[in-house]
Amino acid sequence: MTHKIELKNVIKSFGPKKVLQGVDLAVPQGSSMVIIGGSGTGKSVALKCILGLIKPDAGSSILIDGHETVGVGARERDGFMRKFGMLFQGGALFDSLPVWHNVAFGLIHGKEDVNKEAAKILAIEKLDAVGLGKNVADLYPAELSGGMQKRVSLARAIATNPEIIFFDEPTTGLDPIMADVINDLIVKCVKELGATAITITHDMASARKIADHIAMIHMGKIIWTGAIAEMDKCDNPYVDQFIHGRANGPITDAIPA
Amino acid sequence: MNLAVQKFAEYAPILQRLCQAIGASILGMLKALGALCFFIADVVRHCLTPPFFFRHLLRQFMDIGYYSLPVVGMTALFTGMVLALQSYTGFSRFNAESAIASVVVLSITRELAPVLAGLMVAGRVGASIAAEIGTMRVTEQIDALTTLSVNPLKYLVVPRVLAGTIMLPILVLIGDIIGVYGGYIVSTHVLGFSSGTYLQQTWDVLEKMDVISGLVKASAFGFIVALMGCYHGYYSGRGAQGVGAATTNAVVTASILILIFNFILTQVFFS
Repeated sequence: MTHKIELKNVIKSFGPKKVLQGVDLAVPQGSSMVIIGGSGTGKSVALKCILGLIKPDAGSSILIDGHETVGVGARERDGFMRKFGMLFQGGALFDSLPVWHNVAFGLIHGKEDVNKEAAKILAIEKLDAVGLGKNVADLYPAELSGGMQKRVSLARAIATNPEIIFFDEPTTGLDPIMADVINDLIVKCVKELGATAITITHDMASARKIADHIAMIHMGKIIWTGAIAEMDKCDNPYVDQFIHGRANGPITDAIPA
Repeated sequence: MNLAVQKFAEYAPILQRLCQAIGASILGMLKALGALCFFIADVVRHCLTPPFFFRHLLRQFMDIGYYSLPVVGMTALFTGMVLALQSYTGFSRFNAESAIASVVVLSITRELAPVLAGLMVAGRVGASIAAEIGTMRVTEQIDALTTLSVNPLKYLVVPRVLAGTIMLPILVLIGDIIGVYGGYIVSTHVLGFSSGTYLQQTWDVLEKMDVISGLVKASAFGFIVALMGCYHGYYSGRGAQGVGAATTNAVVTASILILIFNFILTQVFFS
């Protein structure tokens, strides 16, 4: 079986700081991979490398549908970009545009050049899919609460029916109930689209709900990966410490006080 | 001899550090210059290739052009007025009051309107461009544009740079007229010139090239202001501090470059 996304030996350093030190990861078609790991372990950088927002160092290889994406030209990169949707951590909504235009942005300006009226109707459909009413469509992002902004951002990420969706800490900064609502929406949207999803998070409740597979990143490397059911049975001390949220263990021991 | 060697050994690390510091800052400068050149090349390339965001361009015409009109107009008016007053103090000593009209119109069209308008717009528009794009960078909105298959340079930078380059000459042309009018008001109402003579003198001395050179300068300054705002915003550092620094750098570099290019362009036009 070919993997939808495959990372081989992905390396990235910023100056002397080695953030990714050889990440290997394979995500099967149609599955939901959750990458867990502490803050500053390179989760976001790995995601941005796949998206092409950050250029990985020489020797790295990132395959999408079996095609190499590292070092390709702008036009080919554009082709890959059309497969992606992304939910950013802070929402990253365009605050100069009303909500519906945010959702329809990729439709109007990006791929198929849908006209504005049709795009607005589609946008309202997508807003409905994330549980937001028609009345929200003409508001501006600044007028919405954090949870609503996340939903709009989710609607924008799925608006173009992408094959691959990334979620960057989707539940961070939300109350537990709203976090669960977002988790449910993510599961529902990914399933309906049949998309392949990668989520990065350190919220274990969210990870358990969203994931088919889990990968744990530590010090710029994937140190454990497996199905969600195996996570609790695994004997990796790093994973054990992380999923149980213990202050003492191999992860914190490694950090000089 | 021995003492000299000893002394040298003592100072060598300091010298080395000094050289390193100088080298590092020169390398840093060259690197920034190189990055800027690539940025300019990218922007120019995107100016010429579709898709174009015309609605954005129109909006930037309004933002950069129309809304700068009060600032530029006021600057030109008072500059023209003060110019008439000041040259009167000088010229009246030599009974050369008749030169006031020509001094006002030439200084305004050739130098003061483009330069002062450029500096004012750098403060007004350059800062706001840098702050807006910098905030978009910090809040990942620029990354979001890319993931939505929209090139951020095309969407954000090109309309602003085009609008700056096109609108500033128009602003300056209006500024020229207002500036000359300022001089006229002071000359006729305060200094007692006859209005017909003043206008005649103004018209006699003015040549097409004076105005055109000013407008070309204005166009260059508009490009500089918008480009610096976009560049510093686009590569803004993290957080509120990063955006603050981007805004400051945008205004400072734009102002300095305006003064430098003003000299270069004057040299080109009038030598």
